[in-house]
Amino acid sequence: MSRFLSISILLLFVLHVSSESAGEEEFTEELLFRPLPDRKVLSHFHFESRAPPTNSYGHHHRLFPKAIYQLVHKYRIKQMELSFTQGRWNYDSWGGFDPIASSNAKPPGVELWAVFGVPPDQVDASWKNLTHTLSGLFCASINFLESSTAYSAPDWSFRSLSGNLRYGSLPREAVCTENLTPWLKLLPCRDKSGLSSLMNRPSIYSGFYHSQRLHLTSDEFDPVALHGIMLEQTLTIVLQPDSLETHPSFSGSRKLQPSWSMSSLFGKTVDGKCALAKSSNVYVQLEGSLVYNMKNTWNSIDSYEGDSNFGFTVSPDRMMKEINSIDKEGYSILYGFSINNDHSSKPFDLGFWWKLPVTWSCVKAPLRVSRFLMGSGNEKGAIALSLQSTEWSQSLLKADNNGEKCNLRVDVFQLVPWYIKVYYHTTKIYVDGASQSLGDIIEKMSVSPSEDKVSPGVMEMILRLPCDMKSASLTLEFDKGFLHIDEYPPDANQGFDIPSAIISYPDFQTRLQYKLDTTSIKSPMVSKMQERRTILSYTEVLLVPLTTPDFSMPYNVITITCTVFALYFGSLLNALRRRVGEEERLRKSKDKSTGKLRLLLSKLSAKLRGKPWEPPSSTPPSSSSKFISTKVVIKIILIAAIAFGWQYYDG
Amino acid sequence: MASTPETEGQKPKHRPIVRIGIFIIAHSFIVSVVCCTAGVLALLLLPVLAKKTYVSENALMPGSAIPMITDQDVSGANNFINELTSLNSKSQSLNIEIPRLIALHMANLGGEVSYHMFQNQPNKFHPLHFFTSTDTEANNVNQTCESYATNTVGIIRAPRGDGKESIVLVTPYNPVNLSPNETLSLGIAYSVFSLLTQVSWLAKDIIWLAADSQHGQYNSVAAWLKDYHTPSFGGFGKLHDDECHISNDIIEMEVSDTLRRAGTMAAALVIKVANTGEAGEQDALNIYAEASNGQMPNLDLINVVSYLAVHGQGLRVQVDKLVSLLDSTWLKFIGEVFETVGKIARSVNPQWKFGISVKEYVEGSATLVSSLYNQALGVPTGSHGAFRDYQVDAITMEISPKLFSNSKGRQTELLFRGGRLVEGVIRSVNNLLEKFHQSFFLYLLTSSNKFVSVGVYMIAFLLLVAPLPVLAASLFSDTIKSYVKSEKNQPFKSWRWLYPTKTVFLVHLWGAIISLLPYFIYQIPDSQPTSRLLIWASLSLFILIVLGSFFRARSAEWALLKSVTVSSAFIGLCLMSVINFATAEIGALLLVPMCLMTKPWRVAGKVQSALNLVLVIIGFPGATFFVVKSVLGFENGSSLVEFWYWVESLWAWNSATYIYICMVHLPCWILCIYILLHPC
Repeated sequence: MSRFLSISILLLFVLHVSSESAGEEEFTEELLFRPLPDRKVLSHFHFESRAPPTNSYGHHHRLFPKAIYQLVHKYRIKQMELSFTQGRWNYDSWGGFDPIASSNAKPPGVELWAVFGVPPDQVDASWKNLTHTLSGLFCASINFLESSTAYSAPDWSFRSLSGNLRYGSLPREAVCTENLTPWLKLLPCRDKSGLSSLMNRPSIYSGFYHSQRLHLTSDEFDPVALHGIMLEQTLTIVLQPDSLETHPSFSGSRKLQPSWSMSSLFGKTVDGKCALAKSSNVYVQLEGSLVYNMKNTWNSIDSYEGDSNFGFTVSPDRMMKEINSIDKEGYSILYGFSINNDHSSKPFDLGFWWKLPVTWSCVKAPLRVSRFLMGSGNEKGAIALSLQSTEWSQSLLKADNNGEKCNLRVDVFQLVPWYIKVYYHTTKIYVDGASQSLGDIIEKMSVSPSEDKVSPGVMEMILRLPCDMKSASLTLEFDKGFLHIDEYPPDANQGFDIPSAIISYPDFQTRLQYKLDTTSIKSPMVSKMQERRTILSYTEVLLVPLTTPDFSMPYNVITITCTVFALYFGSLLNALRRRVGEEERLRKSKDKSTGKLRLLLSKLSAKLRGKPWEPPSSTPPSSSSKFISTKVVIKIILIAAIAFGWQYYDG
Repeated sequence: MASTPETEGQKPKHRPIVRIGIFIIAHSFIVSVVCCTAGVLALLLLPVLAKKTYVSENALMPGSAIPMITDQDVSGANNFINELTSLNSKSQSLNIEIPRLIALHMANLGGEVSYHMFQNQPNKFHPLHFFTSTDTEANNVNQTCESYATNTVGIIRAPRGDGKESIVLVTPYNPVNLSPNETLSLGIAYSVFSLLTQVSWLAKDIIWLAADSQHGQYNSVAAWLKDYHTPSFGGFGKLHDDECHISNDIIEMEVSDTLRRAGTMAAALVIKVANTGEAGEQDALNIYAEASNGQMPNLDLINVVSYLAVHGQGLRVQVDKLVSLLDSTWLKFIGEVFETVGKIARSVNPQWKFGISVKEYVEGSATLVSSLYNQALGVPTGSHGAFRDYQVDAITMEISPKLFSNSKGRQTELLFRGGRLVEGVIRSVNNLLEKFHQSFFLYLLTSSNKFVSVGVYMIAFLLLVAPLPVLAASLFSDTIKSYVKSEKNQPFKSWRWLYPTKTVFLVHLWGAIISLLPYFIYQIPDSQPTSRLLIWASLSLFILIVLGSFFRARSAEWALLKSVTVSSAFIGLCLMSVINFATAEIGALLLVPMCLMTKPWRVAGKVQSALNLVLVIIGFPGATFFVVKSVLGFENGSSLVEFWYWVESLWAWNSATYIYICMVHLPCWILCIYILLHPC
């Protein structure tokens, strides 16, 4: 099924692309705005560079970034995606079904996957080199994905294209301008002109979600190269437009949505298009449910002016309506604005304002997924994955196949670091609060348990959940492992991350098909939206507190070892040097002879018998111990007196 | 060579360490007296030795940011309070209306709201579940919707955070009988919540738990935490829940019935407003920190709160103290002694600063005693205790206004102060990259900014306990020596200690049995506390007699018996000091003199026998309870009933103190009586 689908997608894609002229390098820039139901605005930059196949075009490029071209050729990359994300995509209110959400909602931190066109035994080596190259290229610690404990090779659940795929993610990577600058350097106009000049750093990093993505596709290494390398760079930001009233009061739901403009969102305007871009377009997308909710007050949809709920400061050049909408109620509308390059006119500053209040909700993903940790303590715990149906998916499924017992296919891909020792046999599934046997729900499952310090645990699963279920949960128990002291990362007391699980719904294909009128120009972004793609969603990153040693422990260990050594050597030397017979004799003589003379005599006789060559200077130690002790006492008193006096007068 | 035959007759000389041991055992009496006195003295010295607290974790940076709470937040909170009060006077079904109102406000502020329904789980004694979690899924049957309580949970997702960690704010309130101070605490949380939905600096998610405390403040939080950490997926209770939903079709808002989660908890703050105003120039802040079994939150959390309260908001921070001790003359006398010693020391060297003033000393010891007592009891002092069971640092901040009035201006001022304080603490905790680990977990507070760390207070305990093994060894060696002298031909002379050990073991077994008895007593329906107590006492006595008659212990020599008793007491105390230090400390104060002094009345002199009798009487847990109560001046209710409730609270809270009393203290007490009455 999935293979057929993938083939058909590929076929569609190939047909679609081949219809274009593949002869020249191309660069297009596009920007999409979409008002979100929770008073925020999604802005999605889409830059696309194409390089024709090398065998027909050669090695030299005018527009296409050389770094990427070399990267593709060196590591023979077929497909690659790298994303830097800050914040979380809010699947509930920003939607999880449309193409933009399902391809641009990424887990926090860095995510990288790549498909290589090399023999299977060289894939790991290519991956390692690739991570180092990207790490240098994007000023990020992607090289941590080099270690075999950090990445995995999903078989079938992640993408339908399998084999030479490697996947890894770094949830803790902080994303900032240092990652954006190299990304912008790949654009022919950088951020000097064109749409990318809107990227004012303070405003794009102060949003609620920031995801910078780089997607590479190449068929350079296929026997018949048709369209060369395609580099797709997107930046998805969710911003809150400044509105006058910060506090929504009780009638908040009936309030006007905030109006916005390019200058209010970014603090900048576009002076003109990037001179090297083939086309430069700005779109405003209104979702189907929004259009439906506005219908009451909107007389003629075809012309936005007049009685519509909203207005633009610049009149749109074209309008596209969605056809074959999945959502039966409404269809999405896309307004297009072209930026032309006449410098005489005033800078392009698209504004959007609302005239009437309206509420709507985004199309959610079929299931609401959340993942959390269970249990407490440093010994063990459990990972729970809870899937809740959204009303929308229910209605869809009922409409799709009524009568027969339908089920919903959910693919789960989960990567767990080795120090979280997951016991896969403890998998339990509950549907609507009732425990289910695994065989009823799990259609296919492949697990590769983690190996300590070598590889992470990978779980891939296909679940078949009944359509009418309200909630399902999956739990896996784990034990927490111990790390060697130098394996702890900095700030180990924060805990350890479990990367996001990937949930996909192969039953649902998302696509937004717009009726292209004859006047509309080819837009890569719109054609991307028209591609069929599987809905993906990511779960939360989890933080597992592990036992951490007291990191001053090495110091303690050193001190205690030194003490033990000192004691050992002390007693060893003592035992070696000690002469028990001599000591006994000494004590005896001490007891017996109090007089100095006798002692001296005995000493002398001993000397005469045993060691006549010993000099007489050795006699002082044999002098009576009483004498020494009084001396010692006097010394101690003297020192104490000095110390006391010093303390007293000095302090 | 001539000296060798002479050495044979003499005893071989021991190593110095062994010699010291022998010396100490030979002088066990002096050692005991010296150590015990030193132990008590060290305990009395603790307020003097207390150090000033300091914020240990650099990342906390308390007070480094200017508070951001605006008039808008506070006026919103004022409106919220007004609505709550008007609803309180109007509506009938408050336990549904109030959660709904809170949820509505949370949602309007931009939080993610969910309800958490739970049932009251009556505290039952599960003898085998002392250190495990209780599994109480079986008993939620036949409960009506009325018996459900509803916690309202609002979550702010940190705008750019990754949602791995969270900070919890708890405001307990009773929807059935909403008091003005509870509304005020809800208002404070509202103002903070309102601010935090707009700020951009959040790195951790914020959870506001408006805990429905109609079944008790602790229970509501504990129930939520249990469902947060160990949800039960396969319960039938879920189905029942559906019928009792708070319908929210009237107001448009998204309230989820499934529990929303927000990552690992970094810290939790319970916000309360005290009911009665205290006389004083300033508003005060009471900090409660003790969780179950004497566990404390990290000292840094307390430090941050008290630093911000004192330096930021000008609140007077106080920790729970035993008020009746403040006027005690003997404590003042000791304080004066320490003060003069301190003065003399300072006159010798001005840099020696260990003397503190009498007032400080008395206050410090009153706080210390209360701190010790609360830790020893093992019962949490508030709903923050529930968090400690999940390794989350939590404290209760109780703001007690100087005069509680309903005037608008006063309320606004309190909202500002409370809001800024909570905001500051959240901001500090939000700065944390790692969990709390830098500062102390084992400490006793002598005031809000002074503490005694484990390294210091251990000394007092060790000094108290040290004479026990010494005495045991000396008694044992004496008996063996006398025995060797009397009958030389006995083959198993070194096995004599087995008989007294059997007796001691039997008595400890008895202790274990009676610790389980309450479980069976609870099966008897409709019994009064007094009758339960009497049944318990008589059953214990009966079992003791039965055990004694069945295993007729050979009347062993009292010295050996005492030796074994003392060593078992030593082992018990040392084990307890690991589990709950404060219990061990108080237990040692009672047990050590009793064990050291006890002697058969026929052997001992009259004075010693009388002293023994007094010690033994005081040593009985019940008697101790009454003596302490009457000395400290709390007397309320029938004393027997009160004692029963006290014991009941111990096992209801799974306190290890209960086990200690039944399995260490009582057996030792019985053995001491046995020795006292020994017929020689």
